[in-house]
Amino acid sequence: MKSSFRRQSWLIAFPVILLLLWTVVYPNVAVIAGSFENGFGHWREFAASPADHEALWTSLVISVASVFASLAIGVPLAFLLGRFDFPGRRLLRAVATLPAALPPLVGVIAFLFLYGESGLVTRIVQRVLGMQEAPWRLKGIGAIVFVHAYTMYVYVFLFVSAGLERFDATLDEAASGLGASTWQRLRRVTLPLLMPAVAGSALLVFMNALGSFSAPYVFGGGLRVLSTQILASKTNGALGLAYVETTVLALSAVAGLLLFRWLDRKRKYTLASKGGRKRREIRSRRVQILTSIAAAMIVIALVLPHLMVVLVSFARDGAWTTQVLPPEYTFENYRRLFSESELWRPITNSVSMALVATAANLVVCFLAAYLIVFRRFAGRGLLELLVALPWAIPATAIALGLAATFNTNDLFTGRILLVGTFWILPLAYFIRDIPLVASAVEGSLRQMDASLEDAARGLGASWLLTMRRVILPAARPGLVAGGLLAAVTAVGEFVASVVLYTHSNRPISMEILAQLRALAFGTAAAYSVLLIFLVLLMTLAARSFEERLA
Amino acid sequence: MTAAPQARDGAGVLALNGVSRRFGEFAAVDDVSVEVGPGELLALVGASGSGKTTTLRIAAGYEQPDAGTVTLGGVDITRVPPERRGFGMVFQHYALFPHMPVEGNVAFGLEARGVSKAERLEKALTALTSVGLGGAGDRAIQSLSGGEQQRVALARALVIEPRALLLDEPLSNLDPTLRQAMRDDLRAMLRRVGVPALFVTHDQEDAFAIADRIALLKKGRLLQVGTPEELYEAPESREVAAFIGRGTMVPAIDRGTTASVTIGGRMHELKVNRPKGMSLPYGKAFVVLRPEALELVGQGGNSAWTGRVVNRRFAGGVIVYRVELAGGVTVDVESASGNAHEDDNVAVSPTKGPFPIVPE
Repeated sequence: MKSSFRRQSWLIAFPVILLLLWTVVYPNVAVIAGSFENGFGHWREFAASPADHEALWTSLVISVASVFASLAIGVPLAFLLGRFDFPGRRLLRAVATLPAALPPLVGVIAFLFLYGESGLVTRIVQRVLGMQEAPWRLKGIGAIVFVHAYTMYVYVFLFVSAGLERFDATLDEAASGLGASTWQRLRRVTLPLLMPAVAGSALLVFMNALGSFSAPYVFGGGLRVLSTQILASKTNGALGLAYVETTVLALSAVAGLLLFRWLDRKRKYTLASKGGRKRREIRSRRVQILTSIAAAMIVIALVLPHLMVVLVSFARDGAWTTQVLPPEYTFENYRRLFSESELWRPITNSVSMALVATAANLVVCFLAAYLIVFRRFAGRGLLELLVALPWAIPATAIALGLAATFNTNDLFTGRILLVGTFWILPLAYFIRDIPLVASAVEGSLRQMDASLEDAARGLGASWLLTMRRVILPAARPGLVAGGLLAAVTAVGEFVASVVLYTHSNRPISMEILAQLRALAFGTAAAYSVLLIFLVLLMTLAARSFEERLA
Repeated sequence: MTAAPQARDGAGVLALNGVSRRFGEFAAVDDVSVEVGPGELLALVGASGSGKTTTLRIAAGYEQPDAGTVTLGGVDITRVPPERRGFGMVFQHYALFPHMPVEGNVAFGLEARGVSKAERLEKALTALTSVGLGGAGDRAIQSLSGGEQQRVALARALVIEPRALLLDEPLSNLDPTLRQAMRDDLRAMLRRVGVPALFVTHDQEDAFAIADRIALLKKGRLLQVGTPEELYEAPESREVAAFIGRGTMVPAIDRGTTASVTIGGRMHELKVNRPKGMSLPYGKAFVVLRPEALELVGQGGNSAWTGRVVNRRFAGGVIVYRVELAGGVTVDVESASGNAHEDDNVAVSPTKGPFPIVPE
């Protein structure tokens, strides 16, 4: 019995592992190999290039600064919402995660409309202060970190909020019973216990900021970061150098990952869930009013980008120049989107590519998660590594790897021509979302009692029937949640797309960028609103699907 | 083991005076008054939802009573926050800090008081030694067994030289064998500290084994306070009699020092026991027939209650028979002999009084 189980594990595991080796590992190996195609030539070129030094340094500075900025917003907000009760708390809680709902490029252009040189807020401040020129310019490292802080603090907020919710309230009580003051409790008990959540979210922000493309691309000005540098080298035909830069970017990410693991090395405990403590009502009337005012301002700051994109989507292209707000409004932008086939094309492209990628994610990640959770076989460790690997590789590096690998038909070396076809972008989306979907499904399966599978088979059910009636239902919440996340990120994907797209398969994000370059702000905003709408639609669809089944 | 002072100087009586705590419409604690003297062990006993934990949390300062006061040595401490009360608390799940080693946990209360590192490590070692864990200072909390965690929690509470000790279900997380052993240890350790000790338990066996006095709570109200013997032998009400010990309550006519009980047409005049200071006689009353107060007699006993054995259970040294008496009353009878079997017809005689009597 045991041996047939093992053989059967390998029967599923072999194709899954092979597929992941081919799509996840092979392209990266190709990039590294490509960087050495003329010995150390490209590496010497990289080492001698001041532009590349600047790019590497700037990337690291932006990533670290984004981590600190996100922590500075996310941690206090999590404490405020998790520990205190005040008028407006529910509203603030509801919009606190809103920035995460903005596709990366949309967040960037929303900031452009608000805080750019001719943005709404900039103009208002300029008018109020009676200045000749804009009070600031949305350019450089500061601007990039500003946008990152807005979109990425959500990770910190969610991790720390979850940590606070799981926080065993009696630990706090025990400390106070032993005579510890509020400050001593925070410093010696609460914060140390939240460190895992803080470190985990900080790592997530670091990785995202390091691979971030849209903010540096739009706000960078003359600033170089590694991800934009890679695209520039590729566009200029300096492929060897692009491979070196990609390798350096991936290595930086892995180094960051290892650094965080090392910092968190001593932890052996997990927070036990025994019910968080009750939120404390703010008693002082004055503090209550101040808190509510602050909450209201945060709510406005969080919602404003969304509102601004919606507003600009009704603005007539080219009419908004020096005014505080766009002067003319029209439905024209939307009408053209739905009526002109060239403008409609990116929408069908994005939707179909996202669906293909998500379907592949669901099948492959379900099998992988099933094997990881329930089977003991020799390749399990390898499979776990393969599934997590895309997470540690910045999307630009993934994209460049695909460009380097699937650019020719050569069955002998396992290459097929996908670059320039429809399939290359879904493949990139698929790879990027593997860790997300796999961990969601794993999470669901781990909640299932492992003996259920044995029980089903003991009752005479075939493997397929067991899969269909026992395993799949257990995996369903993870499949729905993971599939939704995959579809949402794929439909708005920008970073890999910008490396791999062609005119015929261009996704919405590329079209937004093109419209922006043509100063057609209204059309760009209309696409953005459509994208947000698509994300909303998918979320509602997933929810109703889950409710119907549950 | 180091010798701790028997009755600490300045240790005063811990008293709850008519405390109440409501959560919305629900009265968790309703006008409860208890006093615990220095060196005394008082158990708050009750089913879940009886308000015993809320009462303990009021004593500790984690809950504020809506009415009533908490005093220590006559000083009102109702509004003193937990961090300034100087009480030692042992939580049900111990609430040990998972990110600190054993000695860090034990020394934390001293750290909060600004004690120097050398001194607090020395005191932590002394406290750990006193609970039999002298060598465990640098171990991780996760590596400890349940019993060891419980000792660490106790050492952590003792090292701050508490003015009172509060324990929330101190034995509930231990497995049954360990539990028996820890009862005696805990009692000895609490006794040595010499301060008022208040502990919560839902297990009357624990309460009997450890406490000097028991306060029985039901639905937030205090039913009775007394020594274990008083609660067992002279319960004040049907509720106390039903909660403490086993037994069957049967209607009786109270005649003062005796009461007459009629079952299946046969009347017995039983000597009864009632709490001191209770008015007598009760109008309508119930007598508690405890298993050890009844006896199986041969079928020939002329005044005995007759019945049929419906269940026979060996309980270590004695046999417990469940007997369905004529008249529909079911009683448990403890007997040294195992001669009777299920479905046998037997006679039961109430021989070993006095019997507890409670008003309806």
